[in-house]
Amino acid sequence: MTIYGYRIPMMASLIVWCILWEIVGRLDLLLLFPPFSDVLVALGDVVNSRSFASAVSITLYSYAWGLGLAIVFGVALGFLMGTVPVADRLLNMWVNVFLSAPLSALVPVIMILFGMGAPTVIVTVFMFAVWIIALDTRAGVLHVPASLLEMARSFGASRWTTTWKIVLWAAMPEILAGIRLGVIRGVKGVVIGQLLVSIIGVGALFTTYSNNFLMEHFWALTLILFAFALTVGQLIALLEARIDYYAGARS
Amino acid sequence: MTMAEPIVAAPERRAASDVAAPIVEVRGVHKIYNGDVVALKDINLSFEEGRLTSLLGPSGCGKTTLLKIIAGLLEPTAGEVMVKGRKITGPGPERAFVFQDFALMPWATVLRNAAFGLELRGVPAKERNETARHYVEEVGLKGFEEKYPHELSGGMRQRVGLARALAVNADVLLMDEPFSAVDEQTRRKFQEDLIRLREVENKTFLFVTHSIEEAVYVSDRIILLSPRPGRVNNVIDLDIRRGDDPEAIRRDPNYLDTVEEIWRGIKQYLD
Amino acid sequence: MLSANTTAQKLTGDSQPQHAAPGLMARIGDRPVLWRVLSLALFCAVWEVGARASGNFAFPSFSQTLFAFLEMIGDGSLFWAYGRTLEPLVIGVTFSLLVGIGTGVAMGLRRDVEWLTLPVFIVMQAAPMAALIPLVTFVYGIGLASKVVAVVMLSLPVIAMNSYKAVRNTSPSLTAMCHSFQGSRWQQISKVILPEASPMIFAGVRLGVAEGFSGVVLAELLITPTGIGDLITYHRSIANFDSMYAVIVSIVVFAVVTVTLLQLLETALFRPDKRRSK
Repeated sequence: MTIYGYRIPMMASLIVWCILWEIVGRLDLLLLFPPFSDVLVALGDVVNSRSFASAVSITLYSYAWGLGLAIVFGVALGFLMGTVPVADRLLNMWVNVFLSAPLSALVPVIMILFGMGAPTVIVTVFMFAVWIIALDTRAGVLHVPASLLEMARSFGASRWTTTWKIVLWAAMPEILAGIRLGVIRGVKGVVIGQLLVSIIGVGALFTTYSNNFLMEHFWALTLILFAFALTVGQLIALLEARIDYYAGARS
Repeated sequence: MTMAEPIVAAPERRAASDVAAPIVEVRGVHKIYNGDVVALKDINLSFEEGRLTSLLGPSGCGKTTLLKIIAGLLEPTAGEVMVKGRKITGPGPERAFVFQDFALMPWATVLRNAAFGLELRGVPAKERNETARHYVEEVGLKGFEEKYPHELSGGMRQRVGLARALAVNADVLLMDEPFSAVDEQTRRKFQEDLIRLREVENKTFLFVTHSIEEAVYVSDRIILLSPRPGRVNNVIDLDIRRGDDPEAIRRDPNYLDTVEEIWRGIKQYLD
Repeated sequence: MLSANTTAQKLTGDSQPQHAAPGLMARIGDRPVLWRVLSLALFCAVWEVGARASGNFAFPSFSQTLFAFLEMIGDGSLFWAYGRTLEPLVIGVTFSLLVGIGTGVAMGLRRDVEWLTLPVFIVMQAAPMAALIPLVTFVYGIGLASKVVAVVMLSLPVIAMNSYKAVRNTSPSLTAMCHSFQGSRWQQISKVILPEASPMIFAGVRLGVAEGFSGVVLAELLITPTGIGDLITYHRSIANFDSMYAVIVSIVVFAVVTVTLLQLLETALFRPDKRRSK
């Protein structure tokens, strides 16, 4: 994929859009867009506010927990589905259902079961991220070249050794691709979870800003979230690129 | 069989001494990629009408690049290509290309694929299908007209590619390693069919291959290219009797000696 | 080339059509019906037993939820709610289709359009666009417009990005082939690039519809309770949890069925080159 590659001249067009945004804001053309410079000024305000620090900590806390659980559970589930045919037949359908279902509709249920706090956000992040990780891990495990497995068997490797020394590594590119998608989905989960819970973290900040008609602050906070999402996506992409050298050799 | 001396300065002189008129002429072609990779260096060649010429060489010698330049798919960095006495600026109706990876449209039937060149020219459906049907039959795919490429084997797919190139009735067929993606048995069959095809269709063939046996088996003339930078190393005119029995050629001492000789010449360029 | 015919026929015998990894929903489709029924039954049983065992008032069992669902179908409230919900969904998705495919294809064909608009879509696809929904409400009020915008914000990026990737990933060999037979640029686009890109564009449409469902539900929960969102909010507020669960399950099932039908349509439409759809 070239889109996560370093095509700096292309990303430069974002500057054009920011200038356009500034002009639209200055001329009051669209109510939605206050001048970009005002948003940047508000950015300082937002970052320095006390509630922001707590919002960041709760966001990172829920995100890390939710994503961590999703990775552990998702990879395990994927391995199970990839290696045990019966499990695959029973579970595959549900993994696919949750993958294309509107998960935000499930958040009210999660709220009832886990309360109006961080646990709900953690579960939301988990639900958003886990299925794609499981599915990609499964695909990776299923696509391990048969010759590699035969090689291991011919050298007398046990099933356990084969799993740890061959399958896990051979499936790594797919697992990492799944985790990258999970990371991006998880950010959406952490935002949607907090928006719906609305009394903690970023959700509480959004509520405050919209009650007080602070458009610039609203945008500033949104930009921070966008930057966060793009940064974690980029970090995983970098990690993936380091794995690419042998993934490329495999195809 | 006559081994020509290595071409050093004047390929035009050689061409002039030949009986047939040149239909394709390559004059001083250079091709440089990315500013510093010299793919082709000062290529001067002429190809006579009605003959089958192979471009042979190890990978990296620029043989496919040269063919694509002649096809008009690539622009040379310097030099020019003349076809029927006119300088080319792009692909033209007098040339047809057969692709290494077949380049068939997976959503179209064999017949539509074979008729595609005519479709692009705006030939009415009935007429172009009739022509395509004829050539699909000629390449041995009668009965497969309504199949899709993914239902065919690699060899059969290339036959579709060949039918498509034949259907536009070009004078020159440019074949880019057409048999490299098919298995050895199919490949042999293909080579025999190509020789037969030449008896039916009066066309000029330019044939890129990395197989010495294949080049010697099918060609009237072999142009040997050497790599880094790609340039003409040798031009070999072959005089192998291609009679009724295509199998006999493979046992012909002439054939075997030529293969051996070319191999000795090429070996030095391999790592 | 006369005897080639027999060889060719012999060859078809051992040349199986290649199957690539099937698409997400196709994997469900590939399973025998039996396994799906079994899987479904197992899920319902686990739900039923789990709910009864937990004794949690906020966790109604499968049977209670099913009864609540039938009840809501009986009094018509579910139909009415779906009518309200589908309105912004259909308008929003239609808009996303037109604009998304248009921009995506343009980005794939033209470098200048790509340079200008691709970064915006990359940001939109990676970023949590849902964060903008409160902002949109803030500006456009709590009416239909806000909900349509919410649907568009979520479904547009994936449709545009898929169309872009579909066009950009068309085989260079096929376009070269078209060029070598003197096809014009327009013929190249209409006869080679678009047909080759259409399976992936359609896959993007499917993903876009799935996102659109997410968008409309979020909009109805966040902006102002109407349709499905209203039912969810209302039943939660009066602690009528089995009805609330029933609504949520119904919208999830509705979305999944819609997406599955689109998947079936996709394989039916692009059958000869099924192996190309991802």
